[in-house]
Amino acid sequence: MKRFLEKFSIHFVLITVSLLSIFPFIWLISTSLKGNSENIFAYPPSIIPQDFTWANYTGVWHRVDFIGYFINSMIVAGGTVLLNLILSAMAGYPLARMEFKGKKIAFFSILATIMIPFQAIMLPVYLVTLKLHLVDSVSNTAGFIGLIMPFAVSAFGIFLMRQAFLGIPKEMEEAAIIDGCSVWQLFWKVLVPMVKPSLAVLAIFTFIGSWGEFLWPSIVLTKESMYTLPVGVNNLQGMFSSNWRFIAAGSILSTIPILIFFLAMQRYFISGENEGAVKG
Amino acid sequence: MFKYYGKWAPYLFLLPAGLVLLIFFFIPFFQTVYLSFFDYSSSIYNPAVVGFANYVKLFHSPVFYKVLWNTFLYLFVAVPILAIFPLFIAILINQKIRGVTLYKILIYLPVIVSIVVAAIAFKWLYADQGILNYIVTLFGAKSVGWLTDPNWALYSVIIVTIWKGIGYYMIIYLAALMSVPKELYEACDIDGANFLTKHLTVTIPHIMPTIALVTTISAISAMKVFAEIYVMTKGGPLNSSKTIVYYIYERAFENLDLGYASAMAVVLLIIVMAFSLINIFCFERNKYQL
Repeated sequence: MKRFLEKFSIHFVLITVSLLSIFPFIWLISTSLKGNSENIFAYPPSIIPQDFTWANYTGVWHRVDFIGYFINSMIVAGGTVLLNLILSAMAGYPLARMEFKGKKIAFFSILATIMIPFQAIMLPVYLVTLKLHLVDSVSNTAGFIGLIMPFAVSAFGIFLMRQAFLGIPKEMEEAAIIDGCSVWQLFWKVLVPMVKPSLAVLAIFTFIGSWGEFLWPSIVLTKESMYTLPVGVNNLQGMFSSNWRFIAAGSILSTIPILIFFLAMQRYFISGENEGAVKG
Repeated sequence: MFKYYGKWAPYLFLLPAGLVLLIFFFIPFFQTVYLSFFDYSSSIYNPAVVGFANYVKLFHSPVFYKVLWNTFLYLFVAVPILAIFPLFIAILINQKIRGVTLYKILIYLPVIVSIVVAAIAFKWLYADQGILNYIVTLFGAKSVGWLTDPNWALYSVIIVTIWKGIGYYMIIYLAALMSVPKELYEACDIDGANFLTKHLTVTIPHIMPTIALVTTISAISAMKVFAEIYVMTKGGPLNSSKTIVYYIYERAFENLDLGYASAMAVVLLIIVMAFSLINIFCFERNKYQL
């Protein structure tokens, strides 16, 4: 009996917390499905739409270029992930496996970047990006490069890859070199395939971070056709001032891709093996 | 082991990452400090060298103190809750019960969803005639201007940050809980210790380093809050929900007061670097093998 009560109260608390975690979305979905004849400010509020309709979704879909935002987000997140994988692996390898002059300096310089929040240096980052003409007023390609480059590599990624290379037995390298590999071939053909699990972790967390990034794109972007999803969704507020049905429908629509990604990759997020990998 | 790589190989491998960090981290870092000694407020094209004048102005400005106070209030409210509540949830999830994966997914969901969507969802909950005010009136209280009353706005935004962080820290705690030896819990059960004493005497002491880690990470991220404020309140009403990053953004990109904004950024840098140093040298030594 005591055991039953204990389990019951644990489930009660967890169900409550789970509901609180998703309730803001539930309420947004509910609002997005309410037709014009239903008062969305009605007291008491009803979670189940009385005047059920998909019209808000089709309405917002026709007025807002979600496909465009989605493609922009994919280009930025895809490019950011790809560069992070390549640059982090390349930088992690010598830090793990080679002896050279200035190794300590390189190590601590990279470590120091962890302490520099982007928010504190964003103004000069913007000035540098302008100087390099990496903004969307020059061309779309330049705009995308400007969105990607400040996040093309992170200390987190470099240290993650360094850690992965440290775990490879040294005999692998010796064997490959004796077989006639160059360092370059050894790296790409032998070592990189062996650190695939770490690369996967880095890819997934970089993708999530880049996909949700809001501050930097809202600083650099000037053209609506270049908007990424978060910037586009924020813009809904201005477009539909107080039409909460449309704002709600648009917000939910924009969340679908990342939701699918999360459910497909959930074990990476909730297993706890990669604790602390996402930037809070 | 024989040295199979040439003299230049390590540098060539480090070069691409090094260039990116140089251009987008180190140069901007020093430029932030450099810019803080200039005055751009009279002309954006002809800044005047003013030495420490921006800092003097900063520390004589009531708005800056207000913003700094808001930032630390953010910290003092959000950090203890984010250090304790997710631990409590993690302990509950760590019991032998059904449905653990579902609970974890649902509680982690806010972490994954874009902060912009989260802020919009909460803005809708907080609407003057919204569902939250309905609940408030059910209890016989007067409805609250969650985002329009200067006494409430900051706390309403803090709630979003907390809500979005719980799942993230819960997972960190769950990983730490796996390392607590099971025998200790068994010993507690034999002694007939109740839930509270069991966790106060065994769990908490064992995962103290993780609690400290969560405290510093959440403090650092509280210092950097931006999107919630930008989407929900724009720092208003009357600067009541303005924190330092938002104020830097406003000064730099809306008022084009680059020098003043940079001086503030230097203050932010100093605070965050202090937290990070504590974090790196006390709690994450193993991660970087220092």
